[in-house]
Amino acid sequence: MAAGRDNLGGRSDAAAPAAIELRGISKAFGPVQANRNIDLCVPKGTIHGIIGENGAGKSTLMSILYGFYKPDAGEILVDGRPITIADSQTAIRAGIGMVFQHFKLVQNFTVLENIILGAEEGAMLRPSLSKARGVLKQLAAEYQLNVDPDATIESLSVGHQQRVEILKALYRQAEILILDEPTGVLTPAEADHLFRILEGLRDEGKTIILITHKLREIIEITDNVSVMRRGEMVASVRTRDTSPEELAELMVGRKVLLNVDKQPARPRAPVLEVRDLRMVDDEGVERLRGVSFDIRAGEILGLAGVSGNGQTQLLEILGGYPKKGARVGGEVRMNGRPLPLSGSKCNAGQRRRDGIGHIPEDRQVEGLIMDFAAWENVAFGWQDAPEFNKGWLMDNTAIRADAAEKMERFDVRPRDPNLAARNFSGGNQQKIVVAREIERNPDLLLIGQPTRGVDIGAIEFIHKRIVELRDAGKAILLVSVELDEILSLSDRVAVMFDGCIMGERLPDQTTTGELGLLMAGVTDADAPATAGIPPEDQHPEERA
Amino acid sequence: MNLKDSFIAIIVLAICILWALADGPAAQQGIGSALRLMTPLLLACLAGLYSERAGVFDIGLEGKMLMAAFTSASVAFLTGSAWLGLAAGIAGALVLSLIHGLASITFKGNQLISGVAINFLASGLTVLVGQNAFGLGGRTPSLTGAGRFNPITLPFADAVRDMPVLGPIYSGLVSGHTILVYVAFALVPLTWWVLFRTRFGLRLRAVGENPASVDTAGVSVTRLRYAAVAICGVLTGIAGAYLATALSAGFVKEMTAGRGFIALAALIFAKWRPWQALFATFLFGLLEAIANLYPNLDLGFVTVPSMFMNALPYILTVVILAGFVGRAVPPRAGGEPYVKER
Repeated sequence: MAAGRDNLGGRSDAAAPAAIELRGISKAFGPVQANRNIDLCVPKGTIHGIIGENGAGKSTLMSILYGFYKPDAGEILVDGRPITIADSQTAIRAGIGMVFQHFKLVQNFTVLENIILGAEEGAMLRPSLSKARGVLKQLAAEYQLNVDPDATIESLSVGHQQRVEILKALYRQAEILILDEPTGVLTPAEADHLFRILEGLRDEGKTIILITHKLREIIEITDNVSVMRRGEMVASVRTRDTSPEELAELMVGRKVLLNVDKQPARPRAPVLEVRDLRMVDDEGVERLRGVSFDIRAGEILGLAGVSGNGQTQLLEILGGYPKKGARVGGEVRMNGRPLPLSGSKCNAGQRRRDGIGHIPEDRQVEGLIMDFAAWENVAFGWQDAPEFNKGWLMDNTAIRADAAEKMERFDVRPRDPNLAARNFSGGNQQKIVVAREIERNPDLLLIGQPTRGVDIGAIEFIHKRIVELRDAGKAILLVSVELDEILSLSDRVAVMFDGCIMGERLPDQTTTGELGLLMAGVTDADAPATAGIPPEDQHPEERA
Repeated sequence: MNLKDSFIAIIVLAICILWALADGPAAQQGIGSALRLMTPLLLACLAGLYSERAGVFDIGLEGKMLMAAFTSASVAFLTGSAWLGLAAGIAGALVLSLIHGLASITFKGNQLISGVAINFLASGLTVLVGQNAFGLGGRTPSLTGAGRFNPITLPFADAVRDMPVLGPIYSGLVSGHTILVYVAFALVPLTWWVLFRTRFGLRLRAVGENPASVDTAGVSVTRLRYAAVAICGVLTGIAGAYLATALSAGFVKEMTAGRGFIALAALIFAKWRPWQALFATFLFGLLEAIANLYPNLDLGFVTVPSMFMNALPYILTVVILAGFVGRAVPPRAGGEPYVKER
């Protein structure tokens, strides 16, 4: 590990300067430190992967390179020369091209018009268009980047739209091409074609930075890889010197095991039964591909996985608010009764009345209204409850009293129900949400990332409450990207990858390495690398 | 242009030809009047086209025209020069345009609310200042001589007057308007050319469809949108000046009479395209001219009352805005302030 890093770092001083070198880049958005003291060295003519979870700071770093944000500190060197990238124009002139995750194309323009936009030759369009047509023909032949130059963008497939983005960068003579999650919207065949194109570009001497959270892509195509976690660059290695397990561990991090005091579970009858749950979102991307699992009363099922593999969609469906335009199939039963998965009966309020509590993944967007007072936030979702109402008026005195009591019990600080949710720290905001959901004593509690951005003290507190709820005979679904959290809290662990459950393990009979492989999409069946795992564990589906 | 795109043109031309065949002299008079009446609509419609193509919705066309009408009439009266009046009209509308730009581009406010505020501001301010300055109940004194734009006779108009077909069309219809009418018509091909043949036009259309594409290409979204809003101000300025110093002889309280909104309806009808805007506003001009010419239209079996005739342009506006005329897709980023995503 250390050897690999030295190797890479050493290259920047060698004869050929690195295409891009970052030194000590930091960037904060308000209190959130998106990038902290980042060093990165990308040698010329290589494909360099940057891997990390959603929110690890990859996109922020690349936006800094493309002039969208100014770094708070640090230095950028292109071809060994330090430059200040104040705006996208500077980045383009420095030879940096960017293919965003969400394409920046004008839908009703033709391919040619999109390509020349911002890079026109003069005030008149005609000469630019005919020049671009010629260049495009040349590029198409050189790199298998075939697109009809006169087609409008809206008539093209997503894969072709992405080619237009790549062509845009090449037309601007980009020597360094940054691709942000390029395969998220592609079919496997399109992704393969993209990789062939990228290899062609590298062989022509271009430098490519590939941002992704898919380990398979990193292993398949990159020369070097850097791992980001929580705004920091935790490692830079040669791809051939590393393994998916190592990368997975680096990505999710291995912290001191959190100690949770808990007795073995005494599971009873199943509370939630999910069968073959499928979901296609409004863009036609399959987010869930046949997910099945049970949760029994009195147990915690931990759902591990790199974020962005369908966990969010699963929680949204179970919570009663699938994304607009999503098509959902399959069956979900709660205490034996089927839950509606679409239509007007499928809403968060009904789910609450059915006995499902939900601590959503993003407390600031889904869990709280940030500008409302704590006492109002504590009542949300239960504003129709009889104890909160007097006739058709809300009984604000009762709601305040109830909020004050819950804040006391969950040790929310400061203990001021009139303070807006925004003014609490992350941990205390989360305690407000946890108090609201747990105190209603739900039969099933859905929990998404319960301790994201929460301080250690609050983490312990929240974990204790979750275990208490389990011991009271409730069923709990815990979704977290923190492997340690999953391992220390769960009674069973399921791993999600690409909309599927890859396998189930018992926390005391597995390792982070094994789970990391599952999280990387390496199934038990097709991985010779997992030979060390006892055979009875290779087919957990059969066992269940 | 395919048949579907040119259907407004076909309707309008069919009305003109039928009218000419039925009653030649009346048609000549009526269509000539329609050309004069459509001019402010056309100018305002093109003004809105620039602004909305760049993604800034503008329901303040009405207010800007009104302000321009007032400033141009006042300055034309004080200086005795219609040209100085025109300059003042443009300046007046430009100031309101920049307020709209400030609110909706720089401060990323709600474009509809800003537009409504501009309409109220213009409606109140013109009468207040007018009453204070001239004491005529919000009117400006009547303009005479060089204070107005007068009709000009085009070359050879007299020579071809007696020729069949060409005579009545060239001498009776094409010739004999004020310079601003010709300016307005010349702006149609010019706008088409700017939008679809120049770099500025490409960027302008792009910024109304997907400002992020312009931003990532290293072009300033803010500057482009301000440019579009400024062009909108200049054109509404000309429209207002035309109303007060060419079509009429002075400013009268609320003299725009909803023309800014009719222009917006025409813009939707034209689906934000310049040639279609020409014919859409021509249709409105024709309706207005017919209502003026035949206050009580006698169709033989029934006499249409004048109130109905006068209401026709407004009825058509409502019909268009209610979406009865095909599906009009506005610029995709229209009405949305551009905020860089994180």
